[in-house]
Amino acid sequence: MTFFILLGRSFLDFVEDMGGVFILLWRVFHMIPRMFRNITNILVQMERVGIGSIPLVLVTSLFVGAVTSIQAAYQFHGYVPLRYLGTVVGKSVILELGPVLTALVVGGRVSASIAAELGTMKVTEQIDAMEMIAVDPVEYLVLPRMVAATVMLPVLTVFSDLLAILGGMVVANISMSVSYNVFASGLKLLFETEDLIGGLMKTFFFGLIIAIMGCYHGFATKGGAEGVGLATMKAVVSSCLLILISNYLLATIIFRLIFAPS
Amino acid sequence: MGHNDGEPILRIRGIGKVLDRKVVLDGLDLDIHRGETLVVIGRSGCGKSVLLKHITGLMKPDFGEILFEDQDITQFSRKKLFEMRMRFGMLFQSSALFDSMSVGQNVSLPLRKHTGMGDGEIREIVADKLGLVGLTDVYDKFPSELSGGMKKRVGLARAVVMNPDVVLYDEPTTGLDPIMADVINDLICGLQKELEITSVVVTHDIKSAYKVGDRIAMLYGGRIVFSGPPDEVRTTSDPVVRQFVEGRAEGPIKPL
Repeated sequence: MTFFILLGRSFLDFVEDMGGVFILLWRVFHMIPRMFRNITNILVQMERVGIGSIPLVLVTSLFVGAVTSIQAAYQFHGYVPLRYLGTVVGKSVILELGPVLTALVVGGRVSASIAAELGTMKVTEQIDAMEMIAVDPVEYLVLPRMVAATVMLPVLTVFSDLLAILGGMVVANISMSVSYNVFASGLKLLFETEDLIGGLMKTFFFGLIIAIMGCYHGFATKGGAEGVGLATMKAVVSSCLLILISNYLLATIIFRLIFAPS
Repeated sequence: MGHNDGEPILRIRGIGKVLDRKVVLDGLDLDIHRGETLVVIGRSGCGKSVLLKHITGLMKPDFGEILFEDQDITQFSRKKLFEMRMRFGMLFQSSALFDSMSVGQNVSLPLRKHTGMGDGEIREIVADKLGLVGLTDVYDKFPSELSGGMKKRVGLARAVVMNPDVVLYDEPTTGLDPIMADVINDLICGLQKELEITSVVVTHDIKSAYKVGDRIAMLYGGRIVFSGPPDEVRTTSDPVVRQFVEGRAEGPIKPL
């Protein structure tokens, strides 16, 4: 019996969260025309999301590129010439690794920080205080974070793509003695602009997911310190899961419908 | 004082609210008259803060209506709610200062958002309101650098910076030492005289209730069970009110 009660409760919670997220999205989309009034706030958030994430993205990307290079060479040996190493590293980084890994690491960092900040504001009545002085928290807090995340994530992804390819290239040169020229010509061999555009299109949605999950769980915080911890955890878990799930859906839409192979 | 004859600015009619499967407000009726200071007393967790949140539209009742100047605020759009809130000020229990902003920015935010005033003019008004609550040289300090009593006073300055018609106080003296509590009580009385506002104070501090209230209402079991001037509270034979003001463990109110 308890099993069904638990099942029912989690289903209700899920439906409630879904509804809450869509209501928040609806409200923030209505605020988009007011973007320019909040430009200072948006710039502050862009710095936090973008500039603040650079060290994390830098380390992640360099090592992901490096390991891709090593693993590709390991798969190749005896069958595929190493001059195709650049092709494989380039394709996998631009299509999947760059966008998804950047979204996951930035998502963890940013959605946690948003949820903790807004959650603390919620439990210390600062959100209510904002409502009381007739300042809309959705306009003042959610809109700048959403705009910042959706704009900065593609930018960070471009940065990440470049660094990962660089990492792969350096490792190919040092460990596998593939010269930079050979690696670069391999990279150019099958490079398509659609890949880059498709990869970056996904990151707009990832940015949106990160900001909305952070804000929604922050606003839904109850209780005190424990509630803030719980909200932060929920924000990170839900944004990571949604990034991975939506990645599949977006890849299907983008690469099977929009840029469908003819 | 004693504005019971004044017309009601707020009329609460039969509001009910269930939170977390618990009945918090159960058909509550209450009139708040223009210019009076109404104190709502009751035990911690009996729904006093929930009542305040309903008056401000931060919460919507499950049923019943709340009339502000004859308009039902439970039917207001967000835009209309915001317009109404510009005529309200609220002092929160935890002061609720924005901790990422300085004292000056906290108090001036409503002015910057809702008036076209210039920087100089805003600074002047903010300094004036901070002076009203007895604070100087705090303009550039951050909330984390202030004591609890100072935070309350900054919160009060922020609440009255737009010259509101109604000021709501949520447990204004809770967590303060007796002397600071009395300073806050004096400020509540002083502001009411100076700015001619209607005040609603929610508290379980009976001493504070006697001092600031023109009228005291007791919230118990989700309804107002008693309402009258402080003298009447002192002499009433109502067992619920007696038990609360005398602070006894035995009586009709069960100590949960």
